[in-house]
Amino acid sequence: MAAVEVDRLRRDYRQRAGLSGRRRPAVEAVRGISFGIEPGETYGLLGPNGAGKTTVIKVLTTLLLPTAGTARVLGHDVASRPAEVRRRIGYVFGGDRGLYDRLSAFDNLRYFAELYAVPAREQRRRIGYLLDLVDLADRQRDRVEGFSRGMRQRLHIARGLLHDPPVLFLDEPSIGLDPVAARTLRTTIADLAAAGRTILLTTHYMYEADELCDRISIIRGGSIVAEGTPAGLKAGVGAGSVLEVSGRGVPAGTVELIRGLPGVCSVTVEERAGGQVLLVRTEPATQLTARILGCLDDRQIGTVAVRAPTLEDAYVELVGDQGAA
Amino acid sequence: MTRRALRLVAVTWWLQLRMMHRSAFDGVMQLVWPMFFATTALLIYRVGGDPDALTYAALGASVMTIWTAISSSASAILRRERGFGTLELLVAAPAPFALSVASIVLAVSTVGGYAIVATLLWARLVFGAHIAPDQPAVFALALLVTAAAFAVLGFLLSVTVVRYRTVWALGGALEFPVWLLCGFLVPVALLPAWVRGLSWLLPPTWGMRAVRAASAGQPAWADLAACAGIAAAYCVASAWLAGAVLRSARRHGTLSLS
Repeated sequence: MAAVEVDRLRRDYRQRAGLSGRRRPAVEAVRGISFGIEPGETYGLLGPNGAGKTTVIKVLTTLLLPTAGTARVLGHDVASRPAEVRRRIGYVFGGDRGLYDRLSAFDNLRYFAELYAVPAREQRRRIGYLLDLVDLADRQRDRVEGFSRGMRQRLHIARGLLHDPPVLFLDEPSIGLDPVAARTLRTTIADLAAAGRTILLTTHYMYEADELCDRISIIRGGSIVAEGTPAGLKAGVGAGSVLEVSGRGVPAGTVELIRGLPGVCSVTVEERAGGQVLLVRTEPATQLTARILGCLDDRQIGTVAVRAPTLEDAYVELVGDQGAA
Repeated sequence: MTRRALRLVAVTWWLQLRMMHRSAFDGVMQLVWPMFFATTALLIYRVGGDPDALTYAALGASVMTIWTAISSSASAILRRERGFGTLELLVAAPAPFALSVASIVLAVSTVGGYAIVATLLWARLVFGAHIAPDQPAVFALALLVTAAAFAVLGFLLSVTVVRYRTVWALGGALEFPVWLLCGFLVPVALLPAWVRGLSWLLPPTWGMRAVRAASAGQPAWADLAACAGIAAAYCVASAWLAGAVLRSARRHGTLSLS
């Protein structure tokens, strides 16, 4: 039995317009998606803002009812058996919210331990263990309002693990964290996965998904556009290599000229501080570096590098313009 | 199960009180705000120079203060939880949602309980109102049951916020009508007949009658039973409503909207 089973899940949002009560057209946030997560697997949901990732997680955590289709967690239907599902899942989301700022870290966990029915005689030991796990033991008596984003996020993880759930839903847990805090969080998630937990992770950070996930779905406009292992997704983008040219002032006409070269799969231009980066994905076994550079004026070229496709390349190719939403 | 539920109520009550206590401004406002209304009522009734009227006003004002405390904060409870981002976590937790909310309302009502005692002392010491109940035990019980009835009304208000985000404002809007309807400052008998029907449907009306009866040495048990019975019915209805609005909020996706 899969730990998480999603079958033709659809979720619409209907909105009323003010006092008239007139209905606006429904927004289709999730359009009949299906996927399954095996026990012990770490599964990633990637997609641009508004793609439907959080909606999927909210359905699976029983906060939203599906408009159509079914979703099950460890065999329990999220719509008809929410209490059974809630006992077996942990839900962690990113950002500053979700904690009581005026309470200490310990009191926050104590409160949620009651809500999650952690037996009274185990609470103190469990809370102590989790505070150690997330490296907050020395700050446990401090009020949360004085915590940094990283500390809050680690406390969120501890909260989500209080009742030792076999399935964890992590909705952009590393959003807004500094690189060191994000790395620490990734290590914590990897440890949880190694301990056999089933994890559904949404993130905007491709390297995070690449590092942590066994399988990934890329979701766009409420539909899954690709699913597979990180390696499989990278191999599936069609690009043999990626030529990365940093420079400045590359005209749109030149970009179109490069895009039209035989063997070029796609071209994107990223505006970065102090210039541009031209990313040209080329077909396998093609040597186009000289021809591409020939299209550019010497004054437009900075550094040049050829590398293998990354998960981000696969994501950009699959999500296209919506990725910038 | 019962023991676990009691623990949840106790821990929630204690931690919510700690949160209120840690904001000096909120704490002072919770304690002082109801006294302004009580003082206004006492000043008005003192003008007539009738000691019985002043006692009438003192008893009414004491009960009025707990409603002031509860109506303003109970309806804002879940709005605050929404703001904290913890409402979804309360819902996603295995603990019954209605019990979690009721526990929070209980903490708010405890602050209101203080307001009753403070108002009676204020009326006695500052305005010289004669407050010497003939049946002290029944009087105290009547106050307690009335406070519980108000807590149930607060529970009802707070659960509706789960589905309808702007209902929190209703708490403030209901504050003064309930003063009138429940006979805190004006006898219910003076209200129009159709309004009296509404009064009898509100448990605090009966609680107020019990408080006055116990204070004057008259039989209070029937009123007390009516207050407790109607409050129990409200409690059951509110618990059912909590489940219904939660399902509706899950269907309409309004839980995380603020």
